[in-house]
Amino acid sequence: MTAPNHRWRKFKNALMQFVTCTCAILVVIPLVLVFYHLVNSGFSSINWAFFTRLPKPVGESGGGMVNAIVGTFILLGQAALLGVPVGVLGGVFLSEYGSSRLNWWIRFAADILNGVPSITWGIVVYALLVVPMKGFSALAGGVVLGMMMIPLVMRTTEEVLQLVPNGYREAALALGIAKWRTIVQIVVRTALKGIVTGVLLALARVAGETAPLLFTAFGNRFWTHKLTEPIAAMPLQIFNYAISPYDDWHRQAWAGALVLLLLVLSINIGVRFLTRDRFQRNV
Amino acid sequence: MADNATSPLTATAPPGAASATALTVRNLSVYFGENHVLKDVSLGIAARAVTAIIGPSGCGKSTFLRALNRMHELVPEARMTGDIRLFGDDIYAPTVEPVIVRRRVGMVFQKSNPFPTMSIAENVTVGLRLNGARDRKLLAGRTEQSLRMAALWDEVKDRLNAPAVSLSGGQQQRLCIARALAVQPEVLLMDEPASALDPLATSKIEDLILELKKDYTIVIVTHNMQQAARISDFTAFFYLGELVEFDVTTKIFTSPTKKQTEDYVTGRFG
Repeated sequence: MTAPNHRWRKFKNALMQFVTCTCAILVVIPLVLVFYHLVNSGFSSINWAFFTRLPKPVGESGGGMVNAIVGTFILLGQAALLGVPVGVLGGVFLSEYGSSRLNWWIRFAADILNGVPSITWGIVVYALLVVPMKGFSALAGGVVLGMMMIPLVMRTTEEVLQLVPNGYREAALALGIAKWRTIVQIVVRTALKGIVTGVLLALARVAGETAPLLFTAFGNRFWTHKLTEPIAAMPLQIFNYAISPYDDWHRQAWAGALVLLLLVLSINIGVRFLTRDRFQRNV
Repeated sequence: MADNATSPLTATAPPGAASATALTVRNLSVYFGENHVLKDVSLGIAARAVTAIIGPSGCGKSTFLRALNRMHELVPEARMTGDIRLFGDDIYAPTVEPVIVRRRVGMVFQKSNPFPTMSIAENVTVGLRLNGARDRKLLAGRTEQSLRMAALWDEVKDRLNAPAVSLSGGQQQRLCIARALAVQPEVLLMDEPASALDPLATSKIEDLILELKKDYTIVIVTHNMQQAARISDFTAFFYLGELVEFDVTTKIFTSPTKKQTEDYVTGRFG
């Protein structure tokens, strides 16, 4: 307990605090940089036409990417139709049914799938859907995003269901309520906000996927009238415009990237809002 | 073993009782995997009376209680041998669904567990609603009736739609009792229902139990010897998975037959 020792220890503490604080700031810097750059380069190109007009033919300036914005929502809608029921029900199985041995394998598979590169998903769905259907399609794009959502939604659903105290399950079963009703009306209902959060995060995650759409949705400069036709999507449009030689398209690519980021950001903020509410109620 | 046939330990009627038997337990053994948790327990639970189950931690009290409405089956590797009859019906018969058993034998837990997504009224009627009851009049009537029986009505009648979790701990536990009563069970099992409550809330629960035994058969697990002495008519002492002694409560606490029982109720071990 001598003074110099104490000072040395305080110094080490301050140093560690500084290092960890710096690393924490380093995490935030990229977001700030990306956002600043996008606003800088893209904000000026965001106008009414951007949200309401179709792309102009090559060489003409102006136009917008309304078809890509709508396309992204159509793709996300299809993805949710596939990914949410399968993912949520799979998560329910993992949490409420299943044997520990079987669950171990399912979890293992889901975790591997979560790590599969997105371009691989694209190739798989290309082989499974695009080739047999003899063409790129909105349907294939929705399916590939939905398939990517399944393991994400399944794991988060399982995790939030596991957070529901067992006392609620026991209380319901002891009232003579059937197991499936207990799960649907008590367990899932208690964890609903967590499940919705998981779904929204999965949607935000796949909303920006580009690589799997290259082989499936393909992109479209016009409106898509049938799900069996190729469809535009914001990430694809951004990609196509960014690698083009035209300045106007570059500007639109920046604007598209900004809008896409804002979309993902607003989903994330919505999630924060939901989870904050959840904690407040639990306290 | 011949003279045991009439002793309280193997007799399946309540000791010295003139009242009817609600539950008859014969040679009950429960295993969790390799673990032999309850060993050859036989006893009778008197109808419209309070039977207390006492014993040190890990003696199988809760397992015994849960075997009475098949809640122990929630443990994946649980199995049982023996025979339990509820007013003559074999609750382990192959054609009997656990769900049906649990509607007849309700349960209140140590930790109060009202459903956080539901209001006070919704919590009371949940057992009815999730079993298909839709009639609003019936549900409203049953809500009031159950809350009155649980001595909670006057405290909550003006805020039936408030969240159940807004109630105090003692109120939540009485709400759980009301919820269990609302499905009109024949037997009410209570697993240390007051152990997480303050003395005032505990005494309310105890008064409630004494009130309820006019209509219900109650089996209560308790760690609190005074509580068992205060509220129960019969007491069963379990130790290491075996039923050591089962008799009229006053006898267990004043002149127990077994040395182990005496040591436990006088606080020398456990």
